[in-house]
Amino acid sequence: MSKSCVSIVDYGLGNLFSVTRALQTSGASEIRIATSPEDILNAERLVIPGVGSFRDGMDGLERQGIAAAIREFASFGRPMLGICLGMQLLATKGTEFGEHSGLDLIPGRVVRIPMTDKSGITLKSPFIGWSTLELHDSINSHKNAIACLSPQDAVYLVHSYQYAPESEANILATYRYGGHHITAAIQSGNISGLQFHPEKSGKVGLKILSHFLETVV
Amino acid sequence: MTNLQRPFRIIARLDVKGPNLIKGVHLEGLRVIGAPQVYAKRYYEQGADELIYMDIVASLYGRSNLLEIVKQTAHDVFVPLTVGGGIRCLDDVTALLRAGADKVAINTAAVHRPKLIEEVARKFGSQCMVLSIEAKRRSDESWEVYTDCGRERSGISVIEWVQEAVELGVGEILLTSIDQEGTRKGFDLRLLEAVHAVTKVPVIISGGYGQSDHIIGAIEAGADAVAVADALHYNRTDMQTLHHIAQTTTVTVRTL
Repeated sequence: MSKSCVSIVDYGLGNLFSVTRALQTSGASEIRIATSPEDILNAERLVIPGVGSFRDGMDGLERQGIAAAIREFASFGRPMLGICLGMQLLATKGTEFGEHSGLDLIPGRVVRIPMTDKSGITLKSPFIGWSTLELHDSINSHKNAIACLSPQDAVYLVHSYQYAPESEANILATYRYGGHHITAAIQSGNISGLQFHPEKSGKVGLKILSHFLETVV
Repeated sequence: MTNLQRPFRIIARLDVKGPNLIKGVHLEGLRVIGAPQVYAKRYYEQGADELIYMDIVASLYGRSNLLEIVKQTAHDVFVPLTVGGGIRCLDDVTALLRAGADKVAINTAAVHRPKLIEEVARKFGSQCMVLSIEAKRRSDESWEVYTDCGRERSGISVIEWVQEAVELGVGEILLTSIDQEGTRKGFDLRLLEAVHAVTKVPVIISGGYGQSDHIIGAIEAGADAVAVADALHYNRTDMQTLHHIAQTTTVTVRTL
């Protein structure tokens, strides 16, 4: 499988320009925008970007009939990466503006980030800023894009909700906020998700995307 | 009042007039500095955590310059980019996001029609909706919201406006002190404290950076980010220095 070709799912949410530019800069020579089930099934590698609410995201995927195609693509074993909302949509259920079913590719729920820190002080929400990551032991049992990170490498996050996977083994990395461990990256086989924005995380983010483009499952 | 692992950002603010980066004092553009996209790229490479473009005369001129500047910037800057100035409706937001902006900062149009905040937050998410506030001191404990780049009074109290706007879906506040802007005398810390006390969304303080201890004061007063403008444009400081200063406090900043 070549490093060059990656397809980005366009379901009407978020800024595809940044993700496209970041992937180009990270070494992808061919980028396709996937808007139909056929585009997705024919992809070599798939990126699901997106910002906004869980409900709007799933509405967008269902409306274009691409949710089913993404599930089918996942079963092929080719690399797939969800970013921010695109990562959260991999969950079984989202709880933002009521309960909504997700793609259910990595079992878990998307829940609010704790409102207070461990001593009861109110935490700012959304979390907006840069953080280093704590890589979990599970990282050794996967081929993944973030294994390349150094301890001081920080990434950019902006979110109010986080992924709570059913199995700890699916958590690749967390970051610390108010004493809590917040999910930053998840993986199950060929399916991976990043809560942070690699396309907005400067050179560290570009390094991660470059590794994603080299991943062979 | 210190949270564990409280993140803190250092943002380069670029005030734009037509095709030019300008230096402002009290929000009035005074001097042309250069091409904004050149400076934006320099700050990205230096380690800016985010960038803000503020089109300070957008309501008087056409917007094609700004969209073109945003496009060129987003082409090779890989940190978040907020764009403000003259945004009046959802179509304006869509155009800026398509050009490569990640967030929009809205002041005047939101003051005139607060429902715009709700519409932007609903369509693009709260994380995209930055409330820009231009505040002018009325007394020691009272500030008034100004619109149209500090030219028009609104009669609205800053503190009441913050509370109303956050309810409507603001994800972040860019708080600019008209009194301090361009003076190098430090941020308006009482204003910052007063706003911080009534909201749980992050607050970016802007206007008045002059020397490094101003950053420490802002952190102690509850800022989640500072925006620095002409101190960067004129090389009186740089991103590395500003990050080092913030690292001497309890907040979490990116190691460059």
